[in-house]
Amino acid sequence: MSNSESAVVSGHPLVKGEVGPGCAKVDPIVVADHVTRQFGGLKAVDVDHLEIPRGQITALIGPNGAGKTTMFNLLTGFDKPNTGTWEFDGKSLAGVPAFKVARAGMVRTFQLTKSLGRLSVLQNMLLGATGQKGEKLIASLFKPIWRKQEEENTARADDLLARFKLDAKREDYAASLSGGQRKLLEMARALMSKPELIMLDEPMAGVNPALTQSLLGHIKNLKSDGTTVLFVEHDMHMVTHISDWVVVMAEGRVVAEGPPESVMKDPAVIDAYLGAHHDEDLGDLMEDGPNPVLEAERKAREAHPEIEESPGWAENPTPPTAEEKQA
Amino acid sequence: MDWGNIFGNAVGEIISPTTAAYALAAIGLGIHFGYTGLLNFGQAAFLLIGAYAFAIPTLAGAPLIVAILCAIACSVIFAFILGIPTLRLRADYLAIVTIAAAEVVRYIVTTTGLTDFTGAANGLSGFKGTFAAINPIPEGRYGFGPFSYNEYDWWVRIVGWSLVVLASLLVWLLMRSPWGRVVKGIREDEDAVRSLGKNVYSYKMQALILGGGLGSIAGIVFILPRAVQPANYTTGLTFFIWTIMLLGGAATIFGPIVGSMIFWVVLSLTQGVLYGAIESGALSFISTTQAGQIRFILVGVALMLLVIFRPQGIFGNKKELSFSV
Ligand SMILES: Nc1ncnc2c1ncn2[C@@H]1O[C@H](COP(=O)(O)OP(=O)(O)OP(=O)(O)O)[C@@H](O)[C@H]1O
Ligand SMILES: [Mg+2]
Repeated sequence: MSNSESAVVSGHPLVKGEVGPGCAKVDPIVVADHVTRQFGGLKAVDVDHLEIPRGQITALIGPNGAGKTTMFNLLTGFDKPNTGTWEFDGKSLAGVPAFKVARAGMVRTFQLTKSLGRLSVLQNMLLGATGQKGEKLIASLFKPIWRKQEEENTARADDLLARFKLDAKREDYAASLSGGQRKLLEMARALMSKPELIMLDEPMAGVNPALTQSLLGHIKNLKSDGTTVLFVEHDMHMVTHISDWVVVMAEGRVVAEGPPESVMKDPAVIDAYLGAHHDEDLGDLMEDGPNPVLEAERKAREAHPEIEESPGWAENPTPPTAEEKQA
Repeated sequence: MDWGNIFGNAVGEIISPTTAAYALAAIGLGIHFGYTGLLNFGQAAFLLIGAYAFAIPTLAGAPLIVAILCAIACSVIFAFILGIPTLRLRADYLAIVTIAAAEVVRYIVTTTGLTDFTGAANGLSGFKGTFAAINPIPEGRYGFGPFSYNEYDWWVRIVGWSLVVLASLLVWLLMRSPWGRVVKGIREDEDAVRSLGKNVYSYKMQALILGGGLGSIAGIVFILPRAVQPANYTTGLTFFIWTIMLLGGAATIFGPIVGSMIFWVVLSLTQGVLYGAIESGALSFISTTQAGQIRFILVGVALMLLVIFRPQGIFGNKKELSFSV
């Protein structure tokens, strides 16, 4: 597709050509082709073509059982597809073991949290740091080799723990954290590795609204630091407020793609969520009553007038466009 | 009953080479299970391999250092054989493979076809020469009371316990380091560790080799005061090592040492008391053979009481166990 054509037809600056399921991106970080995964008679994932735009926040949504987590597992090497290839940053990652995927800069979290229970919160965090000299068997015996690096990592970990409101829990066993705190710890731990692409599987599930608000701020900050974010989320408000791009899966397929404001009106998406016979659109699901995100944010601000962590989005709750750069 | 003798024997067990050997084996098992979460139910096989791979080259005329390196090399190879097919699978597969492999190696050394090498069921003896030759202690009897031994017995004790100290130091250094953090992470959830870019398979293999290597060194220490007997390497041995490790605390530095001391002192005491009672006629309804078996019934009961009332062991952290992870 030529540039002039895209300028005419696309209507979206992230996209090369026409907007639609499987459309090509101007600058993709992940490109997947013909990825399928079969569980017995069920095709959990059947994605012909999918591109994730670099440096943007992309939401992956879809009804329960749509194949979102399975897609995550496939892309990150935690599961093997029946067919398919995919590239990350131009490097083919098909068949690459999970730990190498993470080292390449594509780090994921889990829908069912995996905190390391009998390690302290700080130890959990430190495990996330990459390139540690002290993780080599022989070098580990000699503390001077890794002491300095350990101190630097600890400082980074403390910084992240403070941002995620876990600093008071630093020395506690991770097993003693609440479900929501584990979600936060897992996300913070993934960030220790400074990933290029972070893939969050329902990061907000179980996190209280006030903290959700500041987490959204963190995610936006990640973007402004140049990290690409791909996240799975069921809360439509969250999706519309934070993402630059939305990919919708249903029954294993990518059924729609687009910027959040228009994708919710896509008939294919409404079909996926509500079934084929309906006379409302997804907007109705959202527009009933007060917007809970904004509501929570307002309450949080009342409770903590000192919080000024995510300037920008609260004053400007419309979805950000691609050109919008975080200050 | 000769109480002095009974207590003397029991106290002597505290520093006996057998206690040191079991402590070493339990330290190795601690690396496997306590720190990395590997279910090794074949630690006896590592002791067996250490014993035979030390004794066979020595009897063939190899120098001491060669025999020791041979024992370590064989345990490394054995760890690879166990680990390559199983460490990618779920934890329970390693348990099944180790328990079976331990029996397989025991049957192999017992077969009459290998009598020329392994001595079959009779085992091996006469391999102490190279170790005794480097003994710096002059001939004679040293010590006091229950701790009175000749120069060879002291030499075995000194070397055995030095190895225990070195192994404990090694584990302490490893487990305070980022390497130790990775293996402890693997114990908790290996997928989480994988998602953070660590080569879990490689770490599990390193842990298996390290713990197995300590097992093979334990095997050498174990045979220095005695002969190699294939009957010593049954699954019973593995479970005694497990008992010792759990008694002291699975992921602790001093647990295996103190666990081994308590285990052997208690075995010796019960044996002394039961045998004494039988000889003096106080116990008439059992024979000394039965008394020997009763001791191990007591070990089983003690292990059950331990896991019920103090599952974290003597040195373990109770807090760690209050979580259902
Ligand atoms: N290991 C498995 N074995 C068999 N079927 C599986 C397995 N994992 C997932 N599935 C099936 O694949 C489909 C997709 O599951 P997946 O977990 O990817 O859904 P999801 O989109 O993440 O849903 P949710 O929003 O509820 O998390 C489901 O129908 C599920 O039952
Ligand atoms: Mg899911």
